[in-house]
Amino acid sequence: MGAEVLRDLSFQIAPKSFQFLTGPSGAGKSTLLKLLFMSLKPTRGLITVFDRDVGTIRKAELPALRRRIGVVFQEFRLLDHLTTFENVAMPLRVLGREEISYRADVIELLKWVGLGDRVHALPPILSGGEKQRAAIARALIGQPEILLADEPTGNVDPPLAKRLLRLFVELNRLGTSVVIATHDIGLMNQFDARRMVLHEGRLSIYE
Amino acid sequence: MNETRPARADAFAAAPREGLFTRFLGPRRRSGGAQKPGPIVPAGSIAGRSLTIVIAIMSFLACLTLGAVTLVRDASLDWQSDITREITIQVRPTEGVDLDQEAQKATAIALSAKGVASARALADWENAKLLEPWLGSGLDMSDLPIPRLIVVELSDPEAVNLPALAERLTQEVKGASLDDHRSWTERLKAMANATVIIGFSILALVFVATVLSVVFATRGAMSSNRDIVSVLHYVGAEAGFIAREFQRHFLLLGLKGGLWGAAAASFLFALLSFFLTRSLATPEGDQVSALFGRFAIGPQGYIGALVIAVLIALMTAVTSRLTVYRHLAALE
Repeated sequence: MGAEVLRDLSFQIAPKSFQFLTGPSGAGKSTLLKLLFMSLKPTRGLITVFDRDVGTIRKAELPALRRRIGVVFQEFRLLDHLTTFENVAMPLRVLGREEISYRADVIELLKWVGLGDRVHALPPILSGGEKQRAAIARALIGQPEILLADEPTGNVDPPLAKRLLRLFVELNRLGTSVVIATHDIGLMNQFDARRMVLHEGRLSIYE
Repeated sequence: MNETRPARADAFAAAPREGLFTRFLGPRRRSGGAQKPGPIVPAGSIAGRSLTIVIAIMSFLACLTLGAVTLVRDASLDWQSDITREITIQVRPTEGVDLDQEAQKATAIALSAKGVASARALADWENAKLLEPWLGSGLDMSDLPIPRLIVVELSDPEAVNLPALAERLTQEVKGASLDDHRSWTERLKAMANATVIIGFSILALVFVATVLSVVFATRGAMSSNRDIVSVLHYVGAEAGFIAREFQRHFLLLGLKGGLWGAAAASFLFALLSFFLTRSLATPEGDQVSALFGRFAIGPQGYIGALVIAVLIALMTAVTSRLTVYRHLAALE
């Protein structure tokens, strides 16, 4: 087992809240997001997600809990052989739903994130910003209660970053808790929100 | 895996990925519900194609081995039953005894025994023919003290009491002895059994090699799909859903490869059997047919090939399923 990445953390993500998670590279932002997404288990300590102790959740229950959390990965993780539409619709498709039942919703969301004309494009020909928005749309399509975004503006220019931030703020107004991991101070300065700062494995919170 | 994708995607960047009919009928109405979205596991990848080829080759080899072993086993069973179905009575000439009469007596005794189909003394010319390699042709053999041979064919080798028959012959016919070819049969049986055992050992080895290569090739093909497994996992797909998607894809892939291999092997056997049947009249053809019968695989062999193809496909599917679960366990 390697060195402890995070220690002595205690915090809560309130429903409908908005926060930035920041800190220098390697401070453990991605690790903390993975812990929240239940793809890592803490070596010690208690994490409660939707009032459930992560340590006692059975494996079979994880998929259902994960569907209540939307994740935007730093490296997008779109599937190159599927169109933007199919990528974004994936969370609904894995539920076994028929395409006809979600087609309109997906198209509407794609228009909302500005990908209305890229519905049938494959990821390899999308620009960085378009991929980013497709990844965000995929995280949102299941109407998650929490959105975790790992450096969602890391690959886009400032104007687009601003647009994406507006998207997250809008989403938060509609009732989703948002956690944005970023080390982009300029981005954080554009919106007044709670800041959780990780430094050397410890967390300080600025409300 | 996606070398060809960007080019294709460029051409259809914003346009729907529809076929020729779209130009005439307008854009495809995907909301109609009739169309299925693209497969979650990409249909044609380089790793997938290599896997199909590996499966086809291994299935071909396994089917060939199975065919060869079936052939050898059938041939050896044929030899054994042919030889045990025939016994020979020898009546040696004795001073002052009418050989023909003794031979007739022996024939009658043999015919009266249970389980005997026919008994027939070889004619003079047949004896002459048997001795021809040693004595040359055109010899008058009436002066030579040549024993009479009586060929006895058995309808049921199990029912014949050979010791009793031999005893009766020595008692009632002068100079008679019974040769049941036992020492020959035993040796032939041992040889045939050894051949079949060797054949089945080779078959077992080929099967093990097939299993291992199919398992490893499937795992190799799966490693390029690792990303898909993790994305599905992160969007909240149940492990069973992911496993089913891959299992279905790899089952089809395995069936395709397996059936190609089995079909190629069956075709090869049919071709060989066709040419050997045609050459049956030639001396070489006679030799081959003496060893291997008609070189026909029979329905058993073809069904066996089909079973091998299906087994390989199932193995591929199960391996992909297990690999999905292993990837998922690593992600947790």
